[in-house]
Amino acid sequence: MTPLGTPDSLLIIVPALNEEAAIAGVVREIREHVPGVPVLVIDDCSSDTTVAVARQAGAEVLPMPHHLGLGGCVQAGYKLAYELGFQYVIRVDGDGQHDARDIPRVYEKLKTTGCEMVIGSRFVADNGSRTGAVRALGIRFFRLVLRPVLGKEVHDPTSGFVGVNRRALDVFRQSFPLEYPEIEALVVLQRRRFRFEEVPCKMRPRTTGRSSITALKSLYYVLHVLLGIFVNVLKFDRRYHRAQRERGAGG
Amino acid sequence: MDRLLNVTTALSVILLVMVLVSVRRAHIRVEYSVSWLLAAAAMLILSRAHSLLNAVRNLIGLPDSPLTLFLLAGGVFLIMFFRFSVIVSHLRDNNIALAQRVAILEYHLQNLRNHESQEV
Repeated sequence: MTPLGTPDSLLIIVPALNEEAAIAGVVREIREHVPGVPVLVIDDCSSDTTVAVARQAGAEVLPMPHHLGLGGCVQAGYKLAYELGFQYVIRVDGDGQHDARDIPRVYEKLKTTGCEMVIGSRFVADNGSRTGAVRALGIRFFRLVLRPVLGKEVHDPTSGFVGVNRRALDVFRQSFPLEYPEIEALVVLQRRRFRFEEVPCKMRPRTTGRSSITALKSLYYVLHVLLGIFVNVLKFDRRYHRAQRERGAGG
Repeated sequence: MDRLLNVTTALSVILLVMVLVSVRRAHIRVEYSVSWLLAAAAMLILSRAHSLLNAVRNLIGLPDSPLTLFLLAGGVFLIMFFRFSVIVSHLRDNNIALAQRVAILEYHLQNLRNHESQEV
C-alpha cells in the first residue's frame, strides 16, 4: 500500500471490531465504487475472523495487539497514513452503515475546498436517513452545544463518516480523542482554526451486530463528550492566548 | 476512644508491613510505595501522639480526636487515589501509543517480508 507519490493520494480506513459478518461487504463495496484506492481495515483485536475475512476481500489489515477502542484504532490508521505520505484519509465504519457511493463526494469536497475535514452528514439534506429517537435527541443537543463553540452549525456531529486532509492528519496523529472521538475531534480542529464542511450522505440501518452505544452508556456518553468539549475549549484557548501574548511581546 | 485509636494504630502497622513486604518482593515499585508509607506513618504517629492529635483537632475545630484522625486519613487517601488516577491515565496513554507503534511496525515488517519473498 503506497500513496504512489501523487498529491491527491487517498486512503480509506475502516475501524472494525468483531465485524466478520459485514466487513467483506464493506471492503468490496468500497473497492467497487472507489477502484484503485487502498483500503485499510484497522482491527481492534477482534475475537472473530474479521482480519481473515477483510484480507480475503482485498483489504490491507492493521491488527491492534490489544483492544484500544475506536479512537485508538482510528488514530493508529491516521499515524500509518501520515507515515506513508497519504494526503487524504476517509474513515468509513466497518458495520456497513455508510454507503461507499458517497466516498467520491467527500473526497471531492476535501480537494476542492481545501478544508481540513469533511463530514458525511445525514441531516444536511433530507436523504431518507433515519435514526432512533434517543439518538436524534442527543444529536440535536450536541448541535446546540457545538454551535457557539464551533462558530457555525454542524448538522451531524456524531457521524463517523469523516474525511481529513494531511494538515488534520498531522494534528490527529499527535492528539486524538480516544473514546467517542467524533465530536471532540471537531473541537480539536476548530481550536486550531481549521475548517470543516459537510456533505449529504446516506446512512443505512445496521444489518449485523449491535451499536457500541447502548441505552445505559448514553448518559456516560453525554457527560464524557461534554467534559471533552469543555477541556478542549479551555486547553486550546489558553494556548492560543499565550501564543497571541508572545507574538505581541515579540513585536 | 482509646480503642478506636488502638485499632487505627494496628491498621497503620499492618499497612506499613504490607507495603514494605510488597516493595521487598517487587510487587510494588519504590516510587509508588512512598505515598503509602508516608500515609501509614502519619496515621501511626497521630494515633499514638495524643497531644499532637488534639492540637490538630483544635486547629480544625472538630469535636473529637478519632473523627479528626479519620478525616485526615480520608483526605490523604483521596489525594493518593487522585495521584494514582493521574499515573494510570499517563500509563494508559503510553500503552496506547506503544500498541499503535507495535501494530504499525508489524505492518511495515510484514510488507518488507512480502516484498522480499516476491523478489526471491
